[in-house]
Amino acid sequence: MSDVIWGLATSHVPSIGAAMDRGMTDQPVWAPLFEGYQPARDWLAQNIPDVAILVYNDHANGVDPDIVPTFAIGAAERYRVADEGFGRRAVPDVVGDPDLSFHLLHNLVDEGFDLTIFQELDVDHGFTVPLSVWTPDPGDAWPCPVIPIMVNVIRYPQPTAARCYELGKALGRAIASYQGARTVGILGTGGMSHQLAGSRAGFINVDFDLMFLESIEKDPEKLASLSREELIRQAGSEGIELIMWLVMRGALSEQVANVHTAYHVPASNTAAGLALFDNRVAQTD
Amino acid sequence: MTSQSRVELPGTYVFDGPTSRRGHSMNKLFMSLIDEGLRTEFLADESAYCARFGLSEEQTTAVLQRDWQAMLDLGGSIFYVYKLAMLDGLSMQYLGGVFTGMSEDDFKAAMLAGGRTDV
Repeated sequence: MSDVIWGLATSHVPSIGAAMDRGMTDQPVWAPLFEGYQPARDWLAQNIPDVAILVYNDHANGVDPDIVPTFAIGAAERYRVADEGFGRRAVPDVVGDPDLSFHLLHNLVDEGFDLTIFQELDVDHGFTVPLSVWTPDPGDAWPCPVIPIMVNVIRYPQPTAARCYELGKALGRAIASYQGARTVGILGTGGMSHQLAGSRAGFINVDFDLMFLESIEKDPEKLASLSREELIRQAGSEGIELIMWLVMRGALSEQVANVHTAYHVPASNTAAGLALFDNRVAQTD
Repeated sequence: MTSQSRVELPGTYVFDGPTSRRGHSMNKLFMSLIDEGLRTEFLADESAYCARFGLSEEQTTAVLQRDWQAMLDLGGSIFYVYKLAMLDGLSMQYLGGVFTGMSEDDFKAAMLAGGRTDV
């Protein structure tokens, strides 16, 4: 029996990592974003799980356009940090947990989620930026082993929000059935509203983002009912990444305690959001 | 069924089946630029490199002339196209400016002012 102790939703904008790597976090354009992160970072530093699961998407670094899995899981001992075209980020490679990966895979396949398996995978900013949001100064290693779950959000048709939420629920059950009494943190990444291409580039929808931040805690079913067309319309063509927050949310209990929420516009071309939930909450009817 | 799979939203690219088929060779070229050795080969002879990846004449021209808009129109995915921009030392905000008819500085200013909320 293992327990999910917290869930963290966060944007994974590459420039957030770049600002940290280049020591720009106290510059005026960046300081408000990082100040907003601090309460979550302080809490997370006191609540290190035995292992984490990070739901993310690749951005043409770990997978090539020939094969695009809709859902995938990493089952490697280690994940290298990808060279995205300008050399790799100077952050540690990621230690995995293959035993737990295969347990999750087995249980998820039995529940009808036929995930692709990555035995080798280079992880890009979609993965390392959330780790940096969590742990700004990892030193030689991240706080615990981390397992990647990859979702296709780039190539249409992306999985539905409802399917992502259901995957999260199955993931929660799979974690619960893992013997070894381990504590687990789960991260859902991407978003919030943004659009990179087309004449609508630069699109930001604050009202939608604030609704999403509120509902991810209290009414995830409402978010799971959004169609991909509606997500693209309301959150922008890249804002559809928000479906990955629903995988995280699905793995948590119905009632969670909000630890911290932060929202800032912009991180380069994107609205950056963070929501941290404590999952150790007594459930009431 | 094809029409059902399309999202028609003005000013918005959706990287769907027909688009990914059209842009496949070009996106593979962009993807290859994550390899340092191949970045060097590309820069040494861009035309030959485009031919090696089987780009169409239009796609080759778009790449050689750094016609970012044309790359999208010819099936490029923004995440792949961005590899070439990075190689040129250009930012996503520069590209945002190109796509919206703004200078990079104006685009950055629009984002700092809260983003483009009226599009």
